[in-house]
Amino acid sequence: MSGGTLIALALLIPLAGAGLIALSWRRPNLRESVTIATAVLLFAVNVRLAIGVLDGETPTLRVVEPVEGVPIAFAIEPLGMLFGLVASFLWIVTSFYSIGYMRANGEARQTRFYACFALALGATMAVAFSGNLLTTFIGYEALTLTTYPLVTHHSDAKSVRAGRTYLGILLGTSIALLLPGIVATWMLAGTLDFRAGGILSGTASDGVVLLLLGLYMFGIGKAALMPIHRWLPAAMVAPTPVSALLHAVAVVKAGVFVALKVIVYVFGIDLLNSSGAGAWLVWIATITLVLASVVALTKDNLKARLAYSTVSQLAYVVLAGALATQWGVLGGGMHIAMHAFGKITLFFCAGAIYTALHKTEVSQMGGIGRAMPVTMLAFLIGALSVAGLPPGGGTWSKWYIALAAAETGHLVIVGALMLSTLLNIAYFMPIVARAWFAPRAAIHPARSAGAMAAPDGGEGLKEAPLFCLIPLSLTALGCVALFVFASELETFLAPMIDGLSTKGR
Amino acid sequence: MWETFLGLYNYWIVILLMMAGFYIVMSRHNLVKKLIGLNIFQSAVFLFYISVGKVKGATAPIVEPGISSYSNPLPHVLILTAIVVGVATVSLGLALVVRLKEAYGTIEEDEINEMDAAD
Amino acid sequence: MGEHLPILQVILPLIAAPVCLLIRHAVLCWLIATLVSWVCLAIAILLLLQALEGGAIRYQLGSWVAPWGIEYVVDRLNGFILVIVAAIGAVVTPYALRSVAEELPERQIGLFYVMYLLCLSGLLGITITGDAFNVFVFLEISSLSSYALISMGRHRKALHAAYQYLVMGTIGATFFLIGVGLLYLMTGTLNMADLAEQLKPLAGSRIVLAAFGFIVVGMGLKLAVFPLHLWLPNAYAHAPSAVSVFLAGTATKVSLYVVLRFIFTVFGFEFSFVGQPFGPALLVLAIAGIVVCSLVAIYQDNVKRLLAWSSVAQIGYMLLGLSFATALGLQAGLLHIFNHALMKAGLFLAMGCVVLRLGSCRIEAIAGVGRSMPWTMTGFLLCGLSLIGVPLTAGFVSKWYLVLAALEKGWWPVAALIVLTSLLAVVYIWKVVEAAWFRDPPGTAGRIGEAPLVMLVPLWIVVAANLWFGFETSGSVDVAKAAALALMGAVE
Repeated sequence: MSGGTLIALALLIPLAGAGLIALSWRRPNLRESVTIATAVLLFAVNVRLAIGVLDGETPTLRVVEPVEGVPIAFAIEPLGMLFGLVASFLWIVTSFYSIGYMRANGEARQTRFYACFALALGATMAVAFSGNLLTTFIGYEALTLTTYPLVTHHSDAKSVRAGRTYLGILLGTSIALLLPGIVATWMLAGTLDFRAGGILSGTASDGVVLLLLGLYMFGIGKAALMPIHRWLPAAMVAPTPVSALLHAVAVVKAGVFVALKVIVYVFGIDLLNSSGAGAWLVWIATITLVLASVVALTKDNLKARLAYSTVSQLAYVVLAGALATQWGVLGGGMHIAMHAFGKITLFFCAGAIYTALHKTEVSQMGGIGRAMPVTMLAFLIGALSVAGLPPGGGTWSKWYIALAAAETGHLVIVGALMLSTLLNIAYFMPIVARAWFAPRAAIHPARSAGAMAAPDGGEGLKEAPLFCLIPLSLTALGCVALFVFASELETFLAPMIDGLSTKGR
Repeated sequence: MWETFLGLYNYWIVILLMMAGFYIVMSRHNLVKKLIGLNIFQSAVFLFYISVGKVKGATAPIVEPGISSYSNPLPHVLILTAIVVGVATVSLGLALVVRLKEAYGTIEEDEINEMDAAD
Repeated sequence: MGEHLPILQVILPLIAAPVCLLIRHAVLCWLIATLVSWVCLAIAILLLLQALEGGAIRYQLGSWVAPWGIEYVVDRLNGFILVIVAAIGAVVTPYALRSVAEELPERQIGLFYVMYLLCLSGLLGITITGDAFNVFVFLEISSLSSYALISMGRHRKALHAAYQYLVMGTIGATFFLIGVGLLYLMTGTLNMADLAEQLKPLAGSRIVLAAFGFIVVGMGLKLAVFPLHLWLPNAYAHAPSAVSVFLAGTATKVSLYVVLRFIFTVFGFEFSFVGQPFGPALLVLAIAGIVVCSLVAIYQDNVKRLLAWSSVAQIGYMLLGLSFATALGLQAGLLHIFNHALMKAGLFLAMGCVVLRLGSCRIEAIAGVGRSMPWTMTGFLLCGLSLIGVPLTAGFVSKWYLVLAALEKGWWPVAALIVLTSLLAVVYIWKVVEAAWFRDPPGTAGRIGEAPLVMLVPLWIVVAANLWFGFETSGSVDVAKAAALALMGAVE
């Protein structure tokens, strides 16, 4: 099969899957089987594509040309391939997890949930494989629209309000800033294709480059740079599988992925260096990553804490791109994958705790490690990986980012990175410590006042269903595996940085 | 000076009628009066067209020996169409007013507005 | 036969109307109206193809030679408009069968189709004629029938809306008549091509300037240019659903065409844009209209009224393209005429389906309707996305060219404004979508079903067109471009 056909398949499989899911709404078992089959197929297609990309191919697909000179086209480069692989693999895991979570919690409107999930993955593929800015934009907007029903899944006043924030910020920034940026790029460069070395060099003055960079970086709201990060905590009203795959992996990674791609293939890191536009972005990213970590410290709700942690980790990737060196881009690319595995594990754990013990606040989690040892072990591994400590994969990506900062002489930023790691430990470790060492709180807080000695309040295992437990163990193992096999990832991304100038001193 | 005023008296009448009609449409709340204003406004235009076609000292465009100048008949024919349109408009408008009276029990626009705002 | 197409285009519905009046039978009248609409569409397409290939078609009515006789002219511009009008008509009639039967009393249904056919004939006539006075006649045919159509709405507010429209519309038409009279006074001709020739040496004349003013303001009233739009929201909101669809897709577009025809062909580019600050004035009105009316739309509780306000705002985009006074801007404006007809017709079609089932289209009434009428509301959503200007829909293409045209002029703030006001469209469209999909239906409501197929099929044809023309744009863009160049070329 040619590369183009495979890309078309990768886009159509989720769409067809969503259709079949909608059709099988009467039979939950069939519906969930369809979901998993779709996910597996999609991953298979991605693997097949990845083999081609490893051999140095660039699969392309050109669909139509709605406005002159700007086709809807797809072309896969290593970073997009990696993103596609990670998202489609984690979709399989999340699908199993969803079955456990949605059934155990008796959620309503499950058909809409699975169908929108599949559509969102289709949009993610479109973003990952897009060959020019217009196609990226379409996929980006489609991703916002398809995830909106998932955010407002509970359909109560709170989630509708959160949905408005979500949609308002993401659509608002993309239409008001990103789209003008794209149009301006077209006016300046005469093309919207992604090209190694960028398309903007030599077309605009430094001031315009700076303005454009601002339009892009704040226009890509999904990258959650402060002050446009508010949508991410708002999105946490969604069921946990959504937070896990979409708001820790697909959606937010689509944001930083696009940001990275814009930096590398539209501006080109040389232009970023020579125009000095990257400098302020470095600082905004740094401020975001420190501040978000501090905010995370203050959150008692576990999912909110994880959300702010995500905001902080996303800023790492933007920072990596803004540093505009080979190491930076490599570290940023790796961090997309590393953080994906780490954060999805953490969300899976949060969901498992909610499913098994109905606890959402960190302060209620005393002693739960004894009831849910597997979950909390996985949580520990995920937390270590996100914080950037062995044996988590995040170690390497943060290493490269710090290296890039040091290489460009930003010693303050190296310091900020270390500070952030400390803060990561400060907000994750108390959870783990409390879970293992604090005295056991009553398992059902609602009944705790009257029934301290209730039979199920005693010691003993009370893990989440296996459908939840196995996926979270798998992703935790993934974190460790990424630590061990990080060099493979490096080889995979190597072609992307080969074309870049050695460094941006 | 007087030539300008008196010599062009028909145009002054046109303007006067037009303004009067327009004023009535704008200022009256009574739906029938509004239609009357509208009709006056249109009549002014009819007069205007007829004035345009008339040539001083000329006669109707029928070929007769001894007559050399004829008025232009085309504007008169045109305005015949416009008059028909005007009649149709007013009759449709009056029909609407009848229906409005049945539905609202009044033909005062401000009262109708109040009732509209209420539901 | 072939050479008589231009007159057939107008005369067919004009003859069918009295025939229907004699028959009066609801279904028979519907059948005649539908057949006539489809034949009209076929004729319009044939005419456009001819005009695109062989240049303008000139047809002498009754073989009276122009400029004395009345002449029908089809060139690229009005061929394009003819197709839009006829296509909307062809989509609306099948849809009207159920919608009208539901909303109108039995005895009025035959008359409804009489009025519809007259209105269609009037709109096509305005578009096709090459004679200035003839425009007025057809304008009044279409206006009088549309007042009657609007008054057929089931709420008594429809009567009031029709009355207001009648007063405003008549003033507009009379202004236009004065303008034409002044032109005749100066040139002694009514044929547009001849007028253009005769007016060239008269560029400095104040009377011509007055004629220009009367014609633009008069048509501005019919076109609902901000701030002359006050009749429109009520008229569209309270008219029967099928009428809202038809008028929203055609009436204002045809008026805009008349403005274009006069300022470019009759008065000429030099006179209109170079001799006087018409462009800047239009720019200001367009922008004010876009911003103010979009904001007002956000605060509407009745979805049809909301869409009507949005229409006024969208007219602003078309005028904006025109006000740039460049070929690209004109192309964008023309494209938006076409695309807006598609998206607004789709939105009103969807709302007609909702009204059929719920008897109301207030925001609180449509809560949760997405679950009981998924096809209808999906159609609404897609057309709404097109209205916002999301890529892969028709709306994106016209916004794209508008922004390009603004940037070509170097007007960054205007380009930014076009994009920013799209956000306002997001807000009011989403208000409806959120109510329909993400709110629970009111407990008292019984179980309602999806709209009947005869209404869904027209809706989805329009939805498909919205997607198709966002995807494969060579057709619409090329025709708009050709028409824009022809208009601009007429002055060089």
